[in-house]
Amino acid sequence: MRRVVITGMGVFASTGKDVESFFCNLCHAKSGIGRIRQFDPSSLSVQIAAEVAGYNPEEYFPSKRLDLLDRFSQFSLIAASQTMKSSGLEVREEECGRFGAVIGSGMGGAQGLDHGYHELYAKQATRLHPFTIPKIMHSAPVSQVCMEYGAQGPSFSTATACSSAGHAIGEAFHLVKFGLADMMLAGGADSPITYGMMRSWESVRVLATGNGGDPSRACRPFSADREGMVIGEGAALLLLEEIEHARRRGADIWAEIVGFGMTSDAGHITQPTVAGPARAIRIALDEAGVNPEEVDYINAHGTGTRLNDPIETQVVKEVFRDHARRLCISSTKSMHGHVMGATGAVELAATVLAVRRGVIPPTANYTEPDPECDLDVVPNEARSQPVNIAISNSFAFGGLNAVLLVRKAN
Amino acid sequence: MNVEEKVIEIITREQHLEPGVVKPDSTFAELGIDSLDGVNILFALEEEFKIDIPDSVAQNMKSVRQVVDSLTRVIEGKDISDLVAMAKGEARTGN
Repeated sequence: MRRVVITGMGVFASTGKDVESFFCNLCHAKSGIGRIRQFDPSSLSVQIAAEVAGYNPEEYFPSKRLDLLDRFSQFSLIAASQTMKSSGLEVREEECGRFGAVIGSGMGGAQGLDHGYHELYAKQATRLHPFTIPKIMHSAPVSQVCMEYGAQGPSFSTATACSSAGHAIGEAFHLVKFGLADMMLAGGADSPITYGMMRSWESVRVLATGNGGDPSRACRPFSADREGMVIGEGAALLLLEEIEHARRRGADIWAEIVGFGMTSDAGHITQPTVAGPARAIRIALDEAGVNPEEVDYINAHGTGTRLNDPIETQVVKEVFRDHARRLCISSTKSMHGHVMGATGAVELAATVLAVRRGVIPPTANYTEPDPECDLDVVPNEARSQPVNIAISNSFAFGGLNAVLLVRKAN
Repeated sequence: MNVEEKVIEIITREQHLEPGVVKPDSTFAELGIDSLDGVNILFALEEEFKIDIPDSVAQNMKSVRQVVDSLTRVIEGKDISDLVAMAKGEARTGN
């Protein structure tokens, strides 16, 4: 059976504009959450988000190129550039058909859509800019990345809300494993911090307001006083490569992907179940041939909502039994926020770095234990310990679950 | 600023070209203007001149000269049925 390794990564998020600063900030429990700067949020009840601070697109792209790039595509190309650079991969022309990309996005070109609707409804425009469609389509990032790097193999976008990147990476993993490609760029991108999107999220009543306190501490997963999730933006991509291909070119192997489980709750459009996510974890363990007791670390879905965290705790207890209290589980969303369709990739990047470096990033902003979330959530301080096998959970609205399992490179 | 100058200014701006590159006798092909760039330029022209350029007329705009000529006639409210007919003829034989 073909083995699949990670040979490059790129992260562009509120907690860091590259892999090093991203992981360094996570390990120092440094949050990227603050007051929204992309527009005036004064009229919203939720005025905070995890934005990429000080981002100036002109620093990254020529103006002609920018005309066709919505913010989530810009982030994708930046993350792709980091990934390709870190991998040292130079794709030969005859290999282009074996090189593809899968990029997830939950919200698509939210910025362009919001702008278009504003023109249309508020300013009574009778026509919209002709670049609107090629900018906002969910598949714009993957097409832009393929064009940039000449990836001519299997390529598509995924849209499964908060699991979009988990599904993207899982599918890319299987494409390489089952011989349909040798190299895949996989991950996710989202930039949903617009007035319209924030208004829509506001009414779901799952967002932390951070009112009356330090916004950077607003997201407190697994903590008894948690008050909800915080919307984030960003992109992360990983280069998945068939192991012999990677070895032949002397690539640096960050970790190996060994399992992917996906299930559907078929339950409720927002409420998660225990059974669906639990099955997804078991499927990933089975594919990897790993016993539950071998898992050292779980990067939780850990949104910080009242509902998610106790359910996820039950899921972990259901699958791991006695081992549930011995393994470490942390939610890095406490710092980079919920990056929607990118979150599975951002979190897998954190998971891979935990495995590679033997440092588990903490659940930040943890204040008091919740009896319903009584696992070792690595509160507030990173922990140095060997991590051989780790899991990244993504459990989306609508009950679409994607679980990825990675193993330390050997 | 006459129509020709305005058209050249808009194409220069939308294509992010250096001033002086776009000339009255430039073709879209010479300027590297593809079909998507073309609709973007049309959009900018419609916004600038506050007019609607019919699709049939738009299809004939493949050079600065053609843009200026067609636009001038649309702006002046002149009969453009021959342009429409030409476009339809091209459409019939185009592929």
